[in-house]
Amino acid sequence: MTSAAVAMPDTNSTEFSEYVAFRTAGQDFCFDIMKVREIRGWTEATVLPHAPSYVLGVINLRGSVVPIVDLAARLGLPTTEPHDRHVIIIAVVNTQIIGLLVEAVSDILGVSEEMVQSTPDVASETTKAFISGVIPKDEKMIRLIDIERILPQNDLES
Amino acid sequence: MSTNDIRETFFLECEDLLEALEEGLQDINDQSADGAVDSECINAVFRAVHSIKGGAGAFKLDELVHFAHTFETVLDEVRNGKLLPDSDVMGVFFRANDRLVDLVNAARDEEPVDPADNAAIEAELNKYAPAEEEEVDAGDYTPMGLSFDFELPDLDDLDLGPAKTQIGYEIHFRPFDQLYGNGNDAAHLIRALSELGVVTAEVDTSGLPAFETMRATGACLSWKITLMTDESEHVVLDVFDFVDGLCELTVDPIYEEADTPVDDDGDTGAGEELEMADFPEDDAPEATAAAPDLPMASAVEPADAAEPRSAAKQESGQAAAKTTKATIRVDLERVDRLINVVGELVINQAMLSQCAKEAGVGSGTEIAAGLDEFKQLSREIQESVMAIRAQPVKSLFQRMSRIVREASHATGKTVKLITQGEATEVDKTVIERLADPLTHMIRNAVDHGLEKTEKRLENGKDKVGHVTLTAAHRSGRVFIEVSDDGAGINRERVLQIGIEKGIVDPSADLSDTEIDNLIFAPGFSTASEISDLSGRGVGMDVVKSSIQSLGGRVTINSTPGKGSVFTISLPLTLAVMEGMVVQVAGQTMIVPLTAIVETLRPEREEIHMLGTGDEVVSVRGMFLPVVDLAASFGYRSAQPYTSSQVLLLVNTDDDHTYALTVDAIHDQRQVVIKGLKENYGDLTGIAAATILGDGRIALIIDTDAIYEQNTAQPTLMTYQPNAMGASQ
Repeated sequence: MTSAAVAMPDTNSTEFSEYVAFRTAGQDFCFDIMKVREIRGWTEATVLPHAPSYVLGVINLRGSVVPIVDLAARLGLPTTEPHDRHVIIIAVVNTQIIGLLVEAVSDILGVSEEMVQSTPDVASETTKAFISGVIPKDEKMIRLIDIERILPQNDLES
Repeated sequence: MSTNDIRETFFLECEDLLEALEEGLQDINDQSADGAVDSECINAVFRAVHSIKGGAGAFKLDELVHFAHTFETVLDEVRNGKLLPDSDVMGVFFRANDRLVDLVNAARDEEPVDPADNAAIEAELNKYAPAEEEEVDAGDYTPMGLSFDFELPDLDDLDLGPAKTQIGYEIHFRPFDQLYGNGNDAAHLIRALSELGVVTAEVDTSGLPAFETMRATGACLSWKITLMTDESEHVVLDVFDFVDGLCELTVDPIYEEADTPVDDDGDTGAGEELEMADFPEDDAPEATAAAPDLPMASAVEPADAAEPRSAAKQESGQAAAKTTKATIRVDLERVDRLINVVGELVINQAMLSQCAKEAGVGSGTEIAAGLDEFKQLSREIQESVMAIRAQPVKSLFQRMSRIVREASHATGKTVKLITQGEATEVDKTVIERLADPLTHMIRNAVDHGLEKTEKRLENGKDKVGHVTLTAAHRSGRVFIEVSDDGAGINRERVLQIGIEKGIVDPSADLSDTEIDNLIFAPGFSTASEISDLSGRGVGMDVVKSSIQSLGGRVTINSTPGKGSVFTISLPLTLAVMEGMVVQVAGQTMIVPLTAIVETLRPEREEIHMLGTGDEVVSVRGMFLPVVDLAASFGYRSAQPYTSSQVLLLVNTDDDHTYALTVDAIHDQRQVVIKGLKENYGDLTGIAAATILGDGRIALIIDTDAIYEQNTAQPTLMTYQPNAMGASQ
C-alpha cells in the first residue's frame, strides 16, 4: 500500500498542495500557490482617497488597476514601511486581482491536508478571521491565510 | 452542443427579427395614419413573424409556433389587403408583438408561460382572422385569375385576330411534405416568380384537413399561379429547379389574341383592388394594365437578358426596404479584448513618447516624426475599435414603446411616444444598463407626468398625451431626454412629501430646482405612491444612482402645466475620455475636460472667506465656492488658497459652478479609462483610474460627487453606494 502511494503521489493530489510561504512583520505566512499570479518588487502606488489604512494604493499591472494591501496592517500587525527590497505578491481571488505587500517570499511548501492544524483559539478576532490554519515547519509555525478575507470589500463580513 | 449553438443563433436572430417586427409595426402605424401603408413594411413584419415561427418549429417550441401562426394569419390578411391596419388592429398587433417577445424570452430561458395570456391575445387576433379567410380569398381573386385563362372572352372578340401570342403561364404547383422538409418555401418560389413578371397566385386550401388532424410538417396547400411574363418556359422552370421532384408542377402557356377584352375585365378588377395597389404579389391592377403591352414587348425584344435577373433580383427585392449592410456577429468578449489591447497600445505609445522626450530626442528628428505618426495611428485605431461597440439607441427606444403601451393600457391614458435621434450611437454597455432606469422614467412620465384624459381636455390640451424620447450627441456626451406634455411637477405636493418623509427640513427654503430634485432623494418614492405601475418601491433615487454608475447624470426641468423634461447625460464611451492632468498634493490626477469651464489663477484678494473655513472666489462678479481637492480627498488638511495654486472652474450637471483648487496643471490628453471597481470597489469622488505615460496610475476625479460632498445640500441626500446594487 505504501509503495503504491509513493509511486503515484498524484492520486492523492487533492490532499497535497503547494503553498507559497512568506514573511512579514516577523511572522511566517502562506497561502495556496495556485492563487498567486506573480511576485514582483515594490513600486510606488497611487494613493486612494478615503481608503482604509492598510490599502497602500493602486498600481498598474500591465494595464490592470491593482490595489495593494499591506498584509501586516491588514492583520492588525505593525504597518510595513514599503522598501525596495519588499515584494508584492499578486494574487487572483475569484475574479479579483490584488497585490499583497510582504517583506520577503521564503519558500514553496508542499503540504498535505493533515499537516494543517486548525487555528488555536486565541483572543484576537482579527487573527481568527484571517488565519484559517497553522502548519508546523522546522520549528516554525506557518500561518495559512484565508486570502478571500483579505479583500478590502470583505471588511464588513469579517 | 451543436444543437445548443443553433438554438442560441435562433434566439439571437429572434432578437433582430423582433426588432424588425416592432419597427415595421411602428412604421405601419405611422403610415396608416396618413392613409397609405408601404407594402414593404407589411412584408417585413410578416417575414419577421414567419421566420420566428419557422425557427421555433425547428426547436419544437409549440406555444411560440402556435401563437406566431395566429399572428401571421392576421398579418397575412393585412398583407392581402383584406384588413385595413386601423388603430384598433394596430393596437392588437402591438399587444401581440409584446406577447411574442415574452414568448420568445420565455422559450429562451426555458420558463413556463401562462397559456391564458396567450389565449386572450389570440382571441383578439382571431377576431380579425376568422375562417372566412378562404372564402374571401377565393371570391376576391379567382375571377381575376380566370379572366385570363378562360376561353370565354375569346368568343366576344374572335374577330380581332386569330394569331395567338403567348403572354404568360398558368402554373399549378402542389408541394410535397419533403419540399418544406428540405428548407424550401412556397412563398419564396412564388416571390421568385414575381421577379419574372406579374404574378397572381391563388391558394387552394381544399387539401387542408381539420385543425385537430393537422400535422405540423404536412403540406396541404396547392397553388394556381398565373404568371404574366415574356420569359421563355425554361426560365420559369428554372425557378422550380431546386424543388424538382418535391412537388407536383405543371406549367401551361397562356395565349392571348388581343388586348381589348382583358382591358375591360381588368378595369373593373382594378377598381376594386386599387387601394391595395401597394401590396406585392397581388399586383392585380398592374397585371391588367400591363397585359396589353406585353405581347408587343415580347415581340420587340426577345428574352435575352432574362437569366441573371431571376436570381439576382430575388435577393434585392426581398431586402429592398432595409438598406442592408453587411454585418457579422462577433462575440462581445473578442471585441472587449481588442479594446483592452488597444488601450494598452495607447498607453504604450504615451510611454514611448515620454521616453523619447526624456532621452532628449528633438522634435525635428525622424524619431519624433515617427512617434507623432504612431500617436495619430493609435488614436485612430482606438476610435475605430470603440466604434465597434457603439450601437444606435434605436433598440432601446423600441423597447420603450412597449413600456409606453403597457403603461398607457394600465393607466387608461392615451399616450403617444415620439422618438427622435434613434440613430444616435452609444456604447453597448451603456445601452444595456440604461434600459432599467429609462423604463422607470417612461413609466413615471405616463403615470405621474401626464394628466388623466378628462383633465387634459379640461385644460384645453390634446386628448393624447405625448411622451418624447430624444437622443443626441452634444459636446462629447450623449443626452437622452424623456419629456412629457403633462402637468409638470407638483412642487407643493413634492415638498410636502419631502417634509413628511423627513427628507427635507420643514424650515428649509428650497428653490424650484431643489424641490424638483427631491424626487431623486432616497426614500422619496416608496410605498405611499399608490399606483400599481410605478409605485413598485423602486424610486427615482435608484434611477439616479444607476445612471451615475454609468458616469451619467440626470437632471429635471419642469414647467407647471407644460410638462417635465428629464435629461440624462452620459459619456459616449466607457473607455476613453479627454482629461486635464493636474497635480494634487503630490498625486497626479485627471479632471474630465468636459466638466471644466475654465482655469484661472486669481490673486489672493479675489478669494473671500465665508463663514469659518470656506472660501469663495469672485469671477466676473459671481461668487463661487472653492473646494480644496487635496483636503477633500484627505491627502492633507484644508489650506487657504495660495496664488501658486490653480483654480479649475467646474460645471456640474445640475448647472452649479464651483472652483477646484489644484496645485498645478500638467497637460491635457486623452486617457484610457480603467475601472477601479473590478479589483477594488467604488470610491467617493473618484470616477475611475487611468494609466499615465510613466506607467503609473492616476485617478480620474468625479467633479459632481466632489461638489455634492463638499457643499451643504439642503436635501440631506446621504449618498448610498449600496443602492446601486438594486440597479442591476
